[in-house]
Amino acid sequence: MTSIPQTVSTPAQVVQHPSHRSQVLLGWLTRSATYILLVLLGITWIFPLYWMATSSLKDDPQIYTVPPVLIPDPAFWNNFGDAWTRFDFNLAAFNSVFLYSLPVTFFTLLSSMVVAYGFAKISWRGREPLFWICIATMMLPWQVTMVPLFITFKQFGWINTYWPFVVPSLFGNAYFIFLLRQFFRSIPEELSDAARIDGADEFGILWRIVLPLSKPAIAVVLLFRFLWSWNDYLGPLIYINTEAMQPLALAIYRMRTLALSMGTTSMAYPHLMAVSTLVALPIILIFIFAQRTFIEGISTTGLKG
Amino acid sequence: MTAITPRVRGMTKTEKRNQLLGMLFISPWLLGFLLFALFPLVASLYYSMTNYDFIRQPQFIGVTNYTRLFTVDPDFWTVMYNTLYYVGFGVPLGIAVAFLIANLLNSNIQGRTFFRSVIYIPSIVPAVCTAMVWLFILNVQYGVINGVLKTLGVPTIPFLSSPELAKPSLILIYVWAQGTAVVIFLAALQDVPRSLYDAALVDGANAWARFWNVTVPMCTPVLLFNFIMGIISAFQDFTLPFVLTGGGPMKSTEFYVVSLYRNAFVQFSIGKASAMAWILFLIILLFSVLLFRSSARWIYYGGEK
Repeated sequence: MTSIPQTVSTPAQVVQHPSHRSQVLLGWLTRSATYILLVLLGITWIFPLYWMATSSLKDDPQIYTVPPVLIPDPAFWNNFGDAWTRFDFNLAAFNSVFLYSLPVTFFTLLSSMVVAYGFAKISWRGREPLFWICIATMMLPWQVTMVPLFITFKQFGWINTYWPFVVPSLFGNAYFIFLLRQFFRSIPEELSDAARIDGADEFGILWRIVLPLSKPAIAVVLLFRFLWSWNDYLGPLIYINTEAMQPLALAIYRMRTLALSMGTTSMAYPHLMAVSTLVALPIILIFIFAQRTFIEGISTTGLKG
Repeated sequence: MTAITPRVRGMTKTEKRNQLLGMLFISPWLLGFLLFALFPLVASLYYSMTNYDFIRQPQFIGVTNYTRLFTVDPDFWTVMYNTLYYVGFGVPLGIAVAFLIANLLNSNIQGRTFFRSVIYIPSIVPAVCTAMVWLFILNVQYGVINGVLKTLGVPTIPFLSSPELAKPSLILIYVWAQGTAVVIFLAALQDVPRSLYDAALVDGANAWARFWNVTVPMCTPVLLFNFIMGIISAFQDFTLPFVLTGGGPMKSTEFYVVSLYRNAFVQFSIGKASAMAWILFLIILLFSVLLFRSSARWIYYGGEK
């Protein structure tokens, strides 16, 4: 696990000059209690994921034994491969990555950057009221517009395609427009002016000056947009209606039906846990390597996972 | 309002150029706003006053869908009760637990980054994956919790299969996935000026008094922000109840958006679903207004704006 350099110092050891022994003891007790509580909470919080990962390695007898088996022995590592091929998860992974997550992430970044530049770096009349409308749309729940959009996209013949996700991503996302605009505004205007004197147009300034300086904000956009599309369930549930087009989230749900309908000798649970682990794994790995970006994204704008 | 209408006359050449460029840059968002937010919102209002099933032409029936929902609909109030139960208990509990954990993390301890990661990761793992593992953990026959209870000779708990326990079980999982709030709270706690704690210490305040008289007042804005955002997002929860319990047993977890989805895409009662969407929109609008109103009173912008 990579560690973040703590930019903010820890709250002080408030008991700096203990005048009594009892105060030292109290401080020690508080610290011990804090550690014990944190370790207990940590174990509780990680347990479901631990159970998911270890259940992936069990066979049916180990799954159904009472008392429960905490550490799989023997561990069946081929469960991952078996579960993956039991349904065509390669196809689902392809759909998730290449038809949904990557194009939507890329286009959202591109369109949101252009719009954010217009809101941050060019001054024009009407900019502020329109920006407020943009912020207000963050509050509009997707569920409220989903029925009319479904009817419209159905008329376009977009059912069972990923166009209902890709096309709207070409028009920017209010959260990311807001985030990028705040970031762009912190870039000194002198840099843009210098580029203008050198003959750069606005797109040139966006591309050559603003973009290279905005890497942290861009990372937040890429990360969260990818996360949202990788995790999305309701969207594909509405628009995707053949198995061949399903993303991972729907393919897992298909396996759930299997787990609930088949007997205790079908390897249903180990396989269900194995695919769940494999689908969760990229997100956990991305978090471990880009922890700082995640934490900054949340702390600055309250983006939800 | 005069600011919106561009008074092109009286502008310098550069101003004119900027006006055009600015509007050009933000035009993707404006177009997207009209196509994917405003139009569907208005269309939704129209559909909510019709009888429509995707096949025959919509018939205008006025506010009948709304009056039916409020008076004769067998499920609407059940769904509303379920949702209010989930939001009313889940959100305050989630806030309290998240704030407690953030305070523990903010004390003078080693391994803060590690503990924060452990608490945060469950909130970014795909909801379908966590739903699968909770389905397994809480299973009355094969689940690990009931496995332990069986070993101890204690009666098993039907977490998801009893109408009384299904909602509390989902609230439990909701609280478990509040890592985002923990990260936001931790960031806020680290911004509380050290001098305030020092002053309280000089005044002889103990840890409890410091918590209530320094930490809580300083964190009121962020507590309020998370509370209202929590209500807004909990109202829209879909994947977890849909995948875990499918609304059952006996409609005890049929939450608002689950019911909305079912009415629209399973029953094809587009009119009724749209009326529900508009009621949801108004509820969320109410909380958004509360959020903005309260932000003016509570939130300190730290100099900017």
